[in-house]
Order: sequence, then structure tokens, then C-alpha cells
Amino acid sequence: MLDQRVDLAGVELKNPIVVPSGTFGFGREYGQFFDLSELGAICVKGLTPQPREGNPAPRIAETPMGILNSVGLQNPGVDTFIAQELPELRKHDVKVIANISGNTPEEYGGMCEKLSAAGVDMIEVNISCPNVKAGGLAYGTRPELAAEVTEVAKRHAAVPVMVKLSPNVTDIAEIARAAAGAGADALSLINTIRGMRIDVKTRRPILKMNTGGLSGPAVLPVAVRMVWEVRAAVDLPILGMGGVSTGTDAAELMLAGATAVAVGTASFADVYAPVRIRDELLALAEAQGLSRISELTGAVRPWE
Amino acid sequence: MPIQAECTVAELVRLNEFAYSMTLETGEAMAAQVSCGQFVHLKCGGERLLRRPISVCQWGENTLRVVFEVRGAGTAWLSRRKPGDRVDVLGPLGRGFDLSGRRLLVVGGGIGVPPMLGCAQEAARLGKEVHAVLGFRDEGRRMLTGDFIDCCRSLNVISDDGSTGRKGFVTELVEEFLQAQACGTCDPVLCTGCSGRPAPPEVLACGPKAMLRAVAQVCQTYGVGCQVSLEERMGCGVGACLVCACDMADGRRKHVCKDGPVFRAEEVSWDA
Repeated sequence: MLDQRVDLAGVELKNPIVVPSGTFGFGREYGQFFDLSELGAICVKGLTPQPREGNPAPRIAETPMGILNSVGLQNPGVDTFIAQELPELRKHDVKVIANISGNTPEEYGGMCEKLSAAGVDMIEVNISCPNVKAGGLAYGTRPELAAEVTEVAKRHAAVPVMVKLSPNVTDIAEIARAAAGAGADALSLINTIRGMRIDVKTRRPILKMNTGGLSGPAVLPVAVRMVWEVRAAVDLPILGMGGVSTGTDAAELMLAGATAVAVGTASFADVYAPVRIRDELLALAEAQGLSRISELTGAVRPWE
Repeated sequence: MPIQAECTVAELVRLNEFAYSMTLETGEAMAAQVSCGQFVHLKCGGERLLRRPISVCQWGENTLRVVFEVRGAGTAWLSRRKPGDRVDVLGPLGRGFDLSGRRLLVVGGGIGVPPMLGCAQEAARLGKEVHAVLGFRDEGRRMLTGDFIDCCRSLNVISDDGSTGRKGFVTELVEEFLQAQACGTCDPVLCTGCSGRPAPPEVLACGPKAMLRAVAQVCQTYGVGCQVSLEERMGCGVGACLVCACDMADGRRKHVCKDGPVFRAEEVSWDA
């Protein structure tokens, strides 16, 4: 019997499949299709200290095997999340990871205190949103800022802190080391890759914000490479994500070094994608004769 | 609760040079849930990641019918399906039209016409007095008008170039209809409350945003309730990914897939 459990920085997930922030709301919508308890964890829509309405539409463009989005962190604010959404999520046997974005280190700290008190299982510090002007991506592309935000979040959080890394950097290992040095308990990667599409008839970018973040199968190889590089650079558990749409994709990310894997954009094509991918991953592990799914983590055999 | 299922294509008919009608065997569980103005999210082949949202035109006990124009590779793929082929359907989705009014004017423009047929038919089934005004670019894009005649008390057609119906915009027909309802003594208010006079109609509209804006304006002038069905580039279709934002008059951003596609006209920010 395969042991499906994985340990993400002391948080035990019943299986390695997670849904990433921004693709799953607060679980209500996809909860119509399957029991949220089927998942290892839910990373909720990115939270900010105050409600945000996000960017103007269009916020999405289709790309070859992918999508660009520019939502811009539309969310009801951390207080409304704690009052209205967290109690609903708590009705399910699933770990809840609160994703947070701030404009200043102090904003991150304040949210960490509130969310720890409210009893989330883990906090994911977003230092990599490509779709907001202030904070966001800047924290994720400069090691010293990444370290500062991580350190403040750790100081105010009573639960494990996972830092979400941006792929929009020259050397992701450098940012990973900065976050690890500042006390991060885990890392998640990759956030979306900045991209752009243009309507050749109107000569207008399709997204109203001109640029956005690329996700979907097109980014999988980038994610696999970056998870592998980060795994080699730091000794922290990794939540791997980026373009996973099959169990084999999930296994690739685990082999590269991920402890758990998030399934996001795939849900837009198939509402059952996270559950299907979990089943495919488990079947693959069983076929390979593993006794624990965690045996996959970091087990890639790179060429010399 | 919406359902995701592989459905068999029962019929695919070309309505004109641009528009196709597809009838899908969805089974009763999906079809029984449909209300007019809702949409289904169709997977258009393996190469395209995103589903395509298409309004429901008509529905039966076990089937539903969608009408779409070929706009890109996804809808082109759909147009090449044959009876017996399978299409992955997610639906029904969204909030449709409120048919509680006693007298209804349905307004359709272009590819906004098909969902109004389902509305007109459902309203007629409910015993409402239904009138329709439809706008097309030209004769070549005219469709479904015979079906409207069967369920509507009156039907007027207009086209951009006058090749079918009169030349002009559908807004003119809406205004003429509303003018004809007014008693003339309480200008510009309708004859609401005047015994023996017609009750004010509720206007239900689907079409390009510029048309909807103009229809909403006319309705406001005449003090008539107006519901509009909006479009936006969509992702998940169920309200989770938040990409299909539409600007509301109060400065908030709602989502077409979950809060709409039908909104009350006064809710919408028409300047956005």
C-alpha cells in the first residue's frame, strides 16, 4: 500500500497534490465538482491587507499551450477571508495555505499575525506577482528584499512560512538562498513568467495591462529546471508548480526536487484535473513499486 | 450544480456563412438545470487550453442547442464536428435573465441573437407577452428569425446596411417600441399606473457592448427596466480564476462567468 503522505515543512499533506493560489478562489467553485478533502492542500487566492478590485479586463489571453493572466490580486482582503472564507474551508479535511502580498514588509508582518491567529496551516509569502505595480515582483527579484520580507514574515508568523519565488530572474537559486538564509521554512515555485501577446489587426496588446503572467503546459520545462536548481541550492522542502497537467508531469517536478506539486491552470480545461492528476501520480508510483510517494522527491539521476 | 461531461453532437447545421447551430445530447441532468441566458463552456480540441463560453440558444429534456460564429481556431474546430462526435461540455454556467416581468422586449444584436431566442421561448411558455427586435449586420448574417415569429407577439428586424429589414441600429427599434407604449400625457414616463394602458415592458438584451450601452440609455430615458448579457475573455468559467472582470457603476469589479453574464443595466459601468 503506497504511503501518499508528504511532509511540507512540518505540515503533513495527505497526498502531494495542492491547488495553487489564484486558480482556485477560496475553494467554493471547484468544491461543487469534488470534495475538497481529496486535495493535499489549498493555497487560497492571494490576500492583501485591504480589499482589491484588481486590473481592468481583458485579463486573460490564450497562448500556445498556455495562458497569460493579469488579474492583479483581486481579493476581498485578509479580514473578510478570515471571517467568511476560512470557516467554510475548515469544513473540509484539507490543509489551508494562505497566500499573502503586501506593499511593505510591515504589511506582510501584519497579515502573518492575523492569519496565524486565525489558524491557517501555513503562510505562503508571495514576492513574485508580476501583475501589481508596487511590491510584488520587486521583492522577488532582489535577494536583499526577498530576505527582508521573509525575515519579517517569519518574525510575525506562528505557522510555517513558505516563500513563493518568481521565475523572472537570472538566477533563481540566488533568491532561494536569500529566503532560506532569512528563515523560510519552504519554497514554492514557479510563479508565472512575464509575457505579452498582441492582436495584429488592432495592434493592441490583448491584455489591458499590456503584459501578464504565463502559465500552463508551456512553462513546465522551465518549472522543472528551476525546481532542480533550487533543490541543489537550498535544503528546504519545495512546493513545485508550473504547467502540470498529468500525473507524469507531477512526477517530473517531484523527481526534480519537489515535495508536493500544485495543479493550477489545468483546472480551467478540466475541473477534475487536481484529482485526476493525483490518481495518475499515485498509479505511476505504484507501478514503479514505491512504498512512499515521497521517494520520488529529488530522485532524478542527472547526467554527470 | 454545473456538470462537466463528454456530450454527443446530435446535429450540426450551418445557419449562414458565419454561424453554426450545434445540438448536444447533454442528458437530463444538465439540460434540466438550464435557464435562459446561461452559457456552456466548451472544450475545442486538445491543442487549445481554454474552453469557449457559448450562450445556450435552446434546450430540451435531454439536449441543448448552441449557436456560434467562427471567430478563431477554437470555434473553427467546433464547426467541423459531425453528428456522433463528442464535445466536452461544462455547464450550465452563470446567472441568466430574470423573466418575472409580465411584458418583455427581447433585443438581440448579431451573435447576441441566439440566447434571446431561448429567452423568448421560455417567456412565452410562462405565458408572458413577448416582443422581439433583432439587429444584423446584413442579410447574410440573418438567422433564427422564423423561430422568433413563432413565440413572439411582434418581431422587427433591422440591419446596418438595410439588406434585411430597415437600415439602422437596433436601438432605434427599441426606442420606437417604447414610444408606442407611452400614453403621451406623462412624457417621458410610460403609462404605468394608468388603467387600461399597457404595463411597461422589461427589456432583455444581448449583443455588442456598444449596442447594449445604447439600449441601456434608451431604457433609462423611458424609465424601463433593462437587463444586459455581457461578454468578456474568460478563463475557468466558474468564478475561481477571476479573469473575466467587468466594471460596475459602484467602482467594484464583478465577474461575467459567475455574477453574470446577465446584469441589470444600471449596475454596469458603461464608460469602462
